[in-house]
Amino acid sequence: MATAMLDGETDFDGWRKSARAFRLAGVEPAAARFVVRGGQEQGGLFDEPTAAHPSLRADERQEFSVPKDFVDLAQNLILHRSADRFDLMYRLLWRLRDEPDLIKVISDRDVADALERVKNVSRASHKMKAFVRFRQVHDDRGEAWVAWFEPPHRVLEKTAPFFQRRFTTMRWSILTPDGSAFWDGETLRFGPPATRDMAPDEDEIEDFWKTYYASTFNPARLKVKTMQGEMAKSYWKNLPEAALIPELIAASSVRTETMVAAPAPEPNPRFARLTAPDLHAARPDAEAVPDNLADVVDGVQACRRCPLYRDATQGVCGEGPTTARLMIVGEQPGDQEDLAGRAFIGPAGQVLDAALAEAGIDRSDVYVTNAVKHFKHEPRGKRRLHKTPNAGEVQACRWWLDAERRLIKPKVVLALGATAGSALLGRKPAVMQERGAPIPLEDGSTAVLTVHPSYLLRLPDEAAKAQARRLFIDDLVAVRRRMD
Amino acid sequence: MGICHAYTPDGRCISLLKILLTNFCIYDCAYCINRVSSNVERSRFDVDEVVDLTLNFYTRNYIEGLFLSSGIIRSGDYTMEQLVLVAKTLREVHDFRGYIHLKLIPEADPKLVEMAGLYADRLSANIELPRDEALARLAPQKDVGVIKKAMSQVRLGVEAAKPGKRDKIKPPKFAPGGQSTQLIIGADGAPDTEILDRSASLYGGYGLRRVYYSAFSPIPDSSAILPLSKPPLMREHRLYQADWLMRFYGFSAPEIGEGASDGMLDLAIDPKLAWALNKREQFPVDVNRAPREMLLRVPGLGVKAVDRIVSVRRYRTLRLEDVGRLTRSVAKIRPFITALDWTPGGLTDAADLRARVTSRTPEQLSLF
Repeated sequence: MATAMLDGETDFDGWRKSARAFRLAGVEPAAARFVVRGGQEQGGLFDEPTAAHPSLRADERQEFSVPKDFVDLAQNLILHRSADRFDLMYRLLWRLRDEPDLIKVISDRDVADALERVKNVSRASHKMKAFVRFRQVHDDRGEAWVAWFEPPHRVLEKTAPFFQRRFTTMRWSILTPDGSAFWDGETLRFGPPATRDMAPDEDEIEDFWKTYYASTFNPARLKVKTMQGEMAKSYWKNLPEAALIPELIAASSVRTETMVAAPAPEPNPRFARLTAPDLHAARPDAEAVPDNLADVVDGVQACRRCPLYRDATQGVCGEGPTTARLMIVGEQPGDQEDLAGRAFIGPAGQVLDAALAEAGIDRSDVYVTNAVKHFKHEPRGKRRLHKTPNAGEVQACRWWLDAERRLIKPKVVLALGATAGSALLGRKPAVMQERGAPIPLEDGSTAVLTVHPSYLLRLPDEAAKAQARRLFIDDLVAVRRRMD
Repeated sequence: MGICHAYTPDGRCISLLKILLTNFCIYDCAYCINRVSSNVERSRFDVDEVVDLTLNFYTRNYIEGLFLSSGIIRSGDYTMEQLVLVAKTLREVHDFRGYIHLKLIPEADPKLVEMAGLYADRLSANIELPRDEALARLAPQKDVGVIKKAMSQVRLGVEAAKPGKRDKIKPPKFAPGGQSTQLIIGADGAPDTEILDRSASLYGGYGLRRVYYSAFSPIPDSSAILPLSKPPLMREHRLYQADWLMRFYGFSAPEIGEGASDGMLDLAIDPKLAWALNKREQFPVDVNRAPREMLLRVPGLGVKAVDRIVSVRRYRTLRLEDVGRLTRSVAKIRPFITALDWTPGGLTDAADLRARVTSRTPEQLSLF
């Protein structure tokens, strides 16, 4: 049996030196022993006396390396409070010689065991971040903060930097049975084990905290097991609020039953006159024919003529001067338009704006709107995919498009794409065949068809895109000439 | 981020000081204890009191930050102004670096929402109820359109604050923790599938980090127009599971609906198992070969376990025993997978599979 002496329970460097020497000397895991100086596990009866770090001068020239993930694993594993952790660490080191990928084989018995212990270590560190409770003290330098904490694993040094970051401007000490940590605003130091009586035993704010804790608990939702899974009883003795738990649990069912059994009370008359107005009392009449654009805007917001309103943010009406001689009709608002409440501001809107400018048309002279006022889409994770509105939805929304046409009285209506075309003509047009040609409408105005700008965005081939864009601008120029 | 500092006996964590500036309110939402017509005792904090309490709790490590909301006093604008003032004082006067979650008053001026985004880590406007008509009936001063518009503004703000690749100067911060919302279940008649459709629509539309489902609890001094009973906690739990399936497991809301009956998720088994029992033709899945997306659909395999399987199978061909060490319980998974030394044979199609994988008899559950 080869025995190595370590300077402390978390003496990783000492363990590393001895383990390296053992492995170079070919000491099998079953024959290696690691003992902490002054620890409980002082040598057995039959131990051979060995030097603190076994000296194996003959092998010192030999080198071997281990993967970084083993070192990371071992550095956390040594913090586990189990007595045989050193042996497990050495067994893994030993096996790495023949199985260099061992640490990645997380289904392996030893690796799984090590990972499970490391998980408990990191959980203990996580819980320490949560359950340390500082109490205020005053000394000659002013106020300072002291906490007494008993972590289930030796995570003080691992976790102290977290408190340094979070409470940089405070002077604090965390005392534990394994050691203590001190922060003076500049340096983090570690000291010897402490005892509970070295920390203050009260703090004036704790009563407020307890009041808050008790009041935030909903007795109708009692789930004791869930609570204990997250806040194990072993932590309770150092949590001021935990003293309240038994009482809260005991009273919960009575409190719930009282609430459920209590008859509905009379409304409080004092506040009746203060109540804010009912937003839904003045819904616009859905069948009233709008005689101005403001009524169209309000009507579209309240519209229930088809179900598209349900998943959209808002109805998006047209925009532009009431005297516009040109009206441009798109298909429907897209994602950006739905969020901002304005027509043609997304990617297709930018294509349209650039093309209008090139064709010599000022967008501010044009009334721009859509055949369908709500965004039809399908959620896909964090995005919304455009869906083409169906004939019923287009038909339902003609109520609003017709109102806009009646109120604006444009000379020319330019329809972008098949949906807009069908909303104007009442039939499904063949856009590519009919584009550019004037189509007389019943009210005396003229319709012109062209493609939708999003069609230009979708073309994959650059040459085809440039060609399509030129034709689109040609259509716009023809429309401009018709206005003159 | 994300440390729960204490847990109340309901199993919920306290990581934030969650308070109302006042419980006085001029709105009359039937599901809320603080509605104007309630007889509850009213009180109010002033801005400095909230700031002091937050700092006192934070320095003692009781909390990680503040979650501030309020009843509506005077108007939406005035109330939002007060909430913003608390956040501003914490940040600018006290250099507070903890977390701040502000509730948005959707009716407030967009300029105030913009300021809130400057100081808060997270903003949230509550959608409140899955059904729009129910919101209009139970919360007459609220309007779903107004709430969605507030959410839109937050999404646009968050996106505008993300620096582009070529930006030399970073845009000002805006709610780096994103936005969330809450909806109450069991107060209107909406079935689970409708609730999940609503969630999918909110996640897609407004880039929400979370949708919180809150089982309607009996409240003291409750309104006569609401059901009085214990909250449907199991239903809430199943909805959270389904929500997880949508966000991390690649399920769509309609797919989860395939495992539901009459629009309601099975209370006795989790929604992924319910889906799998309906889709047996997709199983068994070979743990050594199947793509990650398919492993995620195996009942009993979580994201972590799937990632472990995918990573370890590069080095070893997995046996059932190995899978057992990578997951919590291999018994539940077994009928749905094949491994080097395991095929489930007729088990996948066994008529009594549901009974086999749900060994426990379900508890008496509250249904309404």
